[in-house]
Amino acid sequence: MEAAKTTEVNVVENQYLTFMLAGEEYGVDILAVQELRGWEPATPIPNTPSYVRGVINLRGVVVPIVDLRDRFHLERIDYGPTTVVVIVKVTDCEHERILGIVVDAVSEVYNIPKTDLQPPPDMGGSISIDYITGLTTIENKMVILLDINELVHEGILSGRKETLSETGQSAEGVAECA
Amino acid sequence: MAIDLEQFKGIFFEESFEGLDAMESGLLEMNEGGANLETVNTIFRVAHSIKGGSGTFGLGPVTSFTHIMEGLLDEMREGKRDATPGIINVLLESVDVLRELMASFRNNEDPDTSHMESLQDQLAAIRDSDAANSTETDRNGDSQDESGDGASGNETTVEGWNISFHPHEGLLKTGNDPALILRELGELGEITVDVDDSRIPSLPNMDPEACYLSWEIELKGAIGRDQITEIFEWVEDDCDLELTPIYPERSKNDRRDEDRRQATRDDRRQENRRQEARRPGDKAPSKPAATIRVGTDRIDAIIDMVGELVITQSMLSQLGEDFDMSKLDRLRDGLEELERNSRDLQENIMRIRMQPISFAFNRFPRVVHDLSQKLGKKIRLELVGEETEMDKTVMEKINDPLVHLVRNCLDHGLETPEERIAAGKDDEGYVRLKAFHQGGNIVVEVSDDGRGLSREKILNKAVEKGLVRETDALTDDAAFMLLFEAGFSTAEQVSDISGRGVGLDVVRRNIESLGGGVEVRSIPGEGSTFIIRLPLTLAVLDGQLFRIGEDTYVLPLASIVESLQINRDFLGGVGHDAEVYRLRDEYIPIVRLSDIFSTGEHLEDLDNALLVVVEWGEKHIGLLVDGLLGQQQVVIKSLETNYERVKGISGATILGDGTVSLILDVSGLIEMSYSIRDAMKPRLAASNGRIMA
Repeated sequence: MEAAKTTEVNVVENQYLTFMLAGEEYGVDILAVQELRGWEPATPIPNTPSYVRGVINLRGVVVPIVDLRDRFHLERIDYGPTTVVVIVKVTDCEHERILGIVVDAVSEVYNIPKTDLQPPPDMGGSISIDYITGLTTIENKMVILLDINELVHEGILSGRKETLSETGQSAEGVAECA
Repeated sequence: MAIDLEQFKGIFFEESFEGLDAMESGLLEMNEGGANLETVNTIFRVAHSIKGGSGTFGLGPVTSFTHIMEGLLDEMREGKRDATPGIINVLLESVDVLRELMASFRNNEDPDTSHMESLQDQLAAIRDSDAANSTETDRNGDSQDESGDGASGNETTVEGWNISFHPHEGLLKTGNDPALILRELGELGEITVDVDDSRIPSLPNMDPEACYLSWEIELKGAIGRDQITEIFEWVEDDCDLELTPIYPERSKNDRRDEDRRQATRDDRRQENRRQEARRPGDKAPSKPAATIRVGTDRIDAIIDMVGELVITQSMLSQLGEDFDMSKLDRLRDGLEELERNSRDLQENIMRIRMQPISFAFNRFPRVVHDLSQKLGKKIRLELVGEETEMDKTVMEKINDPLVHLVRNCLDHGLETPEERIAAGKDDEGYVRLKAFHQGGNIVVEVSDDGRGLSREKILNKAVEKGLVRETDALTDDAAFMLLFEAGFSTAEQVSDISGRGVGLDVVRRNIESLGGGVEVRSIPGEGSTFIIRLPLTLAVLDGQLFRIGEDTYVLPLASIVESLQINRDFLGGVGHDAEVYRLRDEYIPIVRLSDIFSTGEHLEDLDNALLVVVEWGEKHIGLLVDGLLGQQQVVIKSLETNYERVKGISGATILGDGTVSLILDVSGLIEMSYSIRDAMKPRLAASNGRIMA
């Protein structure tokens, strides 16, 4: 098996959980994965990007759910029996966040040595290469390994950029009053 | 048996910080001329217990520093020295230095001792200055003096010490262990111990809890007297202790050299301890858990309630064992009882976290004292409503915003005495901090009677920063709110007190992240008032559940004025799409939540639709909802924990059926509705403004 082959080689390798998204295989560091769940309806949050599907109650914790297809501007599909929510834990300055990521289906767990990673080519588009740890080939298929921390903090959470325009705008319209 | 001192360390720090607060307020009191003996004694006691505690925990720098302070305070206590403003200022600075030192020790960081050292020199200089003429004879005559004014190393270099340590019989009862003391001494240098067991009585006469042993100790090494007395600090009163130095042929080594050696040894000792402290479990040093002091009456009340809860529970389970319909009434009563019990219990547990706001206010006398000196202004601080209680977590988070606002008032708001006299005012200005409850909110006002905000300056600056256009006509309130924009600062000169332009927007963000809001009022020449409005607690609220489209939302019950069915006759429209409702004598803007949240359908005909009138401060708006559901208490969960702040939403909660429901943030909604309609309808906003004003 793949795993047995690679563990004999004495190199740094990480385990990745891979999942399918519109026919492509993506992987995330398995240490970030907390659990896998079936899709269940979430409570929508108003005024958030469309890829934020809402929040669910994960044993008393309010967890946001993000549709990765939508985030990557892939065609939307209806959620079916194989639709899986990958619950991941990301950290940022010691603050841990738990998020759910909706994917088409989970596929495999691979051991991938660091040396087998290729840097991502600059391809533009909706997925910044900052979110990608690297590309690798497994059984002649391309697997895209995502940097889940970067993806969540830079690509999903956006609200920390305080916008001046909002209040500027509100100030603009007010006519004489006093 | 080694006692794990770590567990007491947290308590020590807590008590020391409290002590330092007491010391600070005592010093300020003295500064205002109220130097009675009790105040000096309080301050002295704090210094003394910090010195003692820090010695026990091996915080060398703190010990040596407080030692000097203690000496100085002791002289004041005995009336040998007057409390001049100069001395008090140095002592106040010492309080700061101690706080810093203790904070870094608590976080297991390396303390920055540079500030401490310079202050230590200042203290020593004060002590030596005129102590010379009053107490010198004293000191020379009695070199054994325990208070050890000779701080560090004014002994000639010694080769070692002969210590005769004769504990009284009751020593062990005070919880002291001579073996530990001896071990500690052994760490200082080469030690030879002779034990004298001659006093041990025969077995039948022996009290097993008494100490019959005494020791003759020879300790070799260049050790300062204070290092030894420090070890015996806690047993001083329970033993006869004699220290005799062993001198080599009297070589007068450089005193400084000696000092330095001592210092490095101290450091090393500390380092060892720090490493020891870290070793267990090899955990990264973590901040100690925050603690809270609670009155025992509150705890007693909770225990009573738990008792009632247990009784109700057993009553119910008994009822359930052989239940038939004839007992239905009793079941209902029991459930009611259960509800009452759990609500009481919850309320009381919430009260544990409530603390009077004086905890937050107490630091301001100091801030005002320091700054008024620095700025050369005469300022009086007035505190109103100090006993108003608020949640501890909320209080911790408004501390910084409050300091900021007060500094702002002092720096920008209040004028210099000359300016004030020229303006026909009393030369002494005031800053007033006022706290009170209003509805489900707590309101904190920071006001001054200074020059007030300058609309002109603010607008000029805002135009310069591109926040508004020159042609925009803003209300005073809207203009003042510009102050809270990021990077906005009108102070012509950037001072180190305030005016870096990073301040007020941070204040606003902090307060908004707590679900609160901030406003400002100002009258030119008469002063300005900053008003902070905060929810009482961050944990639980009484909520009104309602429906928009398919989704259930929660509104804080406290913010709801009334709910009503719209009567078409009272509907009014201002221009296209902006609606108001006449409620008695007031026109209330209607906010369609379905539009703001882009969910649900847009109702064309509002007749008979449900309108929930909510208030925030003095503003009222009507929220259009699709259906009202029940009222219930909800536990607030932050959206920010795992996601981020969303405008108009203050948090989420989990309903009885396990689904998540969002809690609306009334102030955010009001702001949103204004910005939407302001952008669309300048004229309407103007008419709203009039209604609101």
